[in-house]
Amino acid sequence: MPTFEYAPAPESRAVVDIASSYGLFINGEFTDSQGGGTFKTISPATEEVLAEVTEASAEDVDRAVAAARTAYTRVWSRMSGADRGKYLFRIARILQERAREFAVLESLDNGKPIKESRDVDVPTAAAHFFYHAGWADKLDYAGLGPDPRPHGVVGQVIPWNFPLLMLAWKIAPALATGNTVVLKPAETTPLTALLFAQVCQQADLPAGVVNIITGAGPTGQALVGHEDVDKVAFTGSTGVGKAIARTIAGTRKKATLELGGKAANIVFDDAPLDQAVEGIVNGIFFNQGHVCCAGSRLLVQESIADQVEARLKRRLETLRVGDPLDKNTDVGAINSRAQLDRITELSEAGEAEGATRWSPECELPSKGFWFRPTVFTGVSQTHRIAQEEIFGPVLSVLTFRTPGEAVAKANNTPYGLSAGIWTEKGSRILWMADQLRAGVVWANTFNKFDPTSPFGGYKESGYGREGGRHGLAAYVTTGDAT
Amino acid sequence: MSTPTETDAESRARDILGVSRLTNPALSSWLQGLPGVDQVGCEARAASLGTRSVKTTSKEWAIDTAIGMIDLTTLEGADTPGRVSGLCTKALSPDPTDLSTPRPAAVCVYGDMVPVARQTLGDGSGVKVAAVATAFPSGRASLAVKLADTADAVSAGADEIDMVIDRGAFLSGDYRTVFEQIVEVKRVCGGARLKVILETGELVTYDNVRRASYLAMLAGGDFVKTSTGKVQPAATLPVTLVMLEAVRDWRELTGVQVGVKPAGGIRTSKDAITFLVTVNEIAGEDWLDPFWFRFGASSLLNDLLLQRQRMRTGAYSGADYVADDSPSLY
Repeated sequence: MPTFEYAPAPESRAVVDIASSYGLFINGEFTDSQGGGTFKTISPATEEVLAEVTEASAEDVDRAVAAARTAYTRVWSRMSGADRGKYLFRIARILQERAREFAVLESLDNGKPIKESRDVDVPTAAAHFFYHAGWADKLDYAGLGPDPRPHGVVGQVIPWNFPLLMLAWKIAPALATGNTVVLKPAETTPLTALLFAQVCQQADLPAGVVNIITGAGPTGQALVGHEDVDKVAFTGSTGVGKAIARTIAGTRKKATLELGGKAANIVFDDAPLDQAVEGIVNGIFFNQGHVCCAGSRLLVQESIADQVEARLKRRLETLRVGDPLDKNTDVGAINSRAQLDRITELSEAGEAEGATRWSPECELPSKGFWFRPTVFTGVSQTHRIAQEEIFGPVLSVLTFRTPGEAVAKANNTPYGLSAGIWTEKGSRILWMADQLRAGVVWANTFNKFDPTSPFGGYKESGYGREGGRHGLAAYVTTGDAT
Repeated sequence: MSTPTETDAESRARDILGVSRLTNPALSSWLQGLPGVDQVGCEARAASLGTRSVKTTSKEWAIDTAIGMIDLTTLEGADTPGRVSGLCTKALSPDPTDLSTPRPAAVCVYGDMVPVARQTLGDGSGVKVAAVATAFPSGRASLAVKLADTADAVSAGADEIDMVIDRGAFLSGDYRTVFEQIVEVKRVCGGARLKVILETGELVTYDNVRRASYLAMLAGGDFVKTSTGKVQPAATLPVTLVMLEAVRDWRELTGVQVGVKPAGGIRTSKDAITFLVTVNEIAGEDWLDPFWFRFGASSLLNDLLLQRQRMRTGAYSGADYVADDSPSLY
């Protein structure tokens, strides 16, 4: 029994009302499906059913796209940027006012710790709306090119790892630039998107500007393949991203794809070690490792490998795994049975291929989907756990001897989303950042996000950027282009 | 002529550094070779520990533990024997309405007040007498004066000595002087435990805090202490975090455990609990003991007592329901 045991400190569920069932948010109101079925969304921490959600049919997608088209032609594309900005500011403020509600609901539906939904997801989502609200009337001066104009109707499909935040990354720039939206949240985490639909109503957003349709893969396919969708924005797996690219090839549709990653977190022997260990932990165990830019490969200089490993293990002993709604929980539940199975399978492959597996002692709840924070040492480049995206709390530790070797190993992956560098040497940071084929390179920190900073990948991590001026560019056409 | 103690400290230091002579360049390259501290990352870690939520039974435990770790302090030019004995009485029975309230670890006073404190506390109370010495708070005096100051407090019955380092020497890179002074003071302390005040508000950077902590531990300090309370900022959470990392790593390196004492600016129960969380998660539970962790504070005790009463009775009473024996003059 520890000397200083933290008593349970659960956040109250009473702040949020979850309906027993939800329709589709089309043209400003919740409507029943035409021919679609239903599915249940559960809390991954307890397997408790939270609500029944509609699976949108092809007809529903038609209706949603038609509503977005009408809103685009009649209202949103004619509205001044300043007026669009007012709506975005209003949405941002409502998100802040209802922050606790969103945080609790996100943790319930997704399984992530309340401290992350409360301190990261919801505030950053609001920040994205505030940031893009400011751009709405200044697009002519954003350096995007002459006469920036919206594409029209945007079809957006988002993943389950940051449900509300990814929604904000998608909807805020689309609305700021004058597009209208049909968005499909992931099938395991639809609830905060449906609560966001209520925020749109509360903000008096004109009907049809934002439509939210729930469903699984087929609904997403119907949306991105719909002939009246002008642009597709997708965040998710590289496999699905490739399928979307094939679907829209040869059409007029524009696309941005933000896909998988296998980021290297590179620690040199002159790094600030205690902070580097924090950065390693934050890089791979934040959000249970369900982060596309997670620092899933630790590249540590051979001369300090033993020391870093010892410090890392000692730090992991203090991680608190458990109830996502407890304010002291550091690592929550795995989002779904399917994801747990994949993490389990890849971890077993890591052991079978000869890497050394280690996890801290910690009790896991008996119900729900759980996986211990796991570190693999003695990993080589050819192991599957060094190559494939695990998307879970599993770290692969590799070593290097020279900066050149670190770069070569970091770049030796089909992905290129992010990387981290830990050194006190400024010149080395700049040299490394120049060599690394990654969309985001963090120096002496990891997993930091800001609406002003573009985010996106190289190679199989996708194309296009989200956030900053670069993110705006993806939602406009300029000059004489049609 | 060097005494046995001095030789011990020197030879141990040479051994740890792996050098044949303990020169200033040897000390410099050792201290500057320690891993750096990234300011942003360090402060972010401290802030994240501040979000821990300590409730109900764990809060009760934390409040009592924090009371037991207080060095109840009065260090004013205006101190009088009456004021000091009042403070000691307070230490003996912090809350007369609840005799189960733990006593603070020590009373911390200027050297000339040690006899008064010693007399009021007696010998069997469990409350130690700590004295600041070595030309506290500036440390600007000759070594002879500092040693006499220390010897005076020890002979008057101080159980613990809180010394200040020569920040001028430290900042100018004269680590050897800082080292020697700590060794000398420690020798004069005899059986009294030595707390080494780094005055982190004057050292400014976290790299300096780490280096000064290592230097104090190398010279044989039993505690590293943040501040005199006379310089702002005093005991911040990130500074304490860096010192807790230092004592943790020092024990791994040498097998010797050293205590930590943040002092100055910790006034509320919530702050104190955040510090305990930091001790727990950075240094580990071995330091969750008054022998290894102290709070240098004066007003903190009363806030802890208020919280304690609130947890016992379910209602806040108010500051006038907790005795205040040493109200501030300002």
